[in-house]
Amino acid sequence: MPKQLKHSKVLIVGLGGLGAPVSLYLAAAGVGHLVLVDYDHVDLSNLQRQIIHKTSHIGQEKTVSAQIKLQALVPELQITRFNQRLSKTSLNNMLSDINVVVDCSDNFMTRFAINAACVENGTPLVSGAAVRWKGQVAVFLPAQKHSPCYRCLYNNTEDETETCSQMGILAPLVGIIGSIQALEVIKVLLGIGQSLCGKLLTFDAYTETWRTLKLRKDPACPVCSQLITDN
Amino acid sequence: MSIDVKFFASLREQIGKSDIQIESTDSLTCAKIWAQVCNNAPLPSHILMAVNKEYAVQSAPVQDGDEVAFFPPVTGG
Repeated sequence: MPKQLKHSKVLIVGLGGLGAPVSLYLAAAGVGHLVLVDYDHVDLSNLQRQIIHKTSHIGQEKTVSAQIKLQALVPELQITRFNQRLSKTSLNNMLSDINVVVDCSDNFMTRFAINAACVENGTPLVSGAAVRWKGQVAVFLPAQKHSPCYRCLYNNTEDETETCSQMGILAPLVGIIGSIQALEVIKVLLGIGQSLCGKLLTFDAYTETWRTLKLRKDPACPVCSQLITDN
Repeated sequence: MSIDVKFFASLREQIGKSDIQIESTDSLTCAKIWAQVCNNAPLPSHILMAVNKEYAVQSAPVQDGDEVAFFPPVTGG
């Protein structure tokens, strides 16, 4: 097990469909410290896809439920739990010693807040999303001059989120997307391979179609552009 | 000119096709292609567009033979 992984601290936002495989694979792969963020509790309807939780944990905080499973897998794993909605201040406080942030959340507002904090702190961000038949993964490395950020892709307009609980999702799809996120986290932590930085990997499970889009930094991005100040 | 237009995921379901070939003598942008294919329906916010597999903005010009793809927003987790 590489020492870099053992000494790494990874923050996972969302212990749902994506956060489940992400946290399990990172723990099993040897990441030493996971920070688990989720304000929600385990519900019966989650269990169809959120494979880290189990029936006997219904009603428990998701971070507690996840911790039980993860530490059964890796007893020496260090876990910090945060059972509240994220604020800008709490995010910035958390990121000071985080090596990689994994976005497994389920709405634009949280995703924009995580992205802004990662840009501000220069923290690598592995972003994944999935709903119905569609999934996508991207890696943003704000410390690299030419890396785009999540806000370069999407305008911060009104939230039009399709959530998995409302729209449905095929369980294996979050397994696929979450596994790729975990893979990208390990590559970023070890500094090996070609990351998805500057690319958006999309998957349409209905037609089994994968596509990789080349991304570019938006010179007018209100979050990562140096042309615009933060006021 | 001839443009290959692709729709993915829920957009494919809404449009009813994954692939449409359009012909035009006018200069085109991603937004104009959306309007032409979708009967002038407004282009929803948060839709990602790509020209020849490269991220593009609504006003991006499109050339003969280009592939223009539209992707719905995905935020679930």
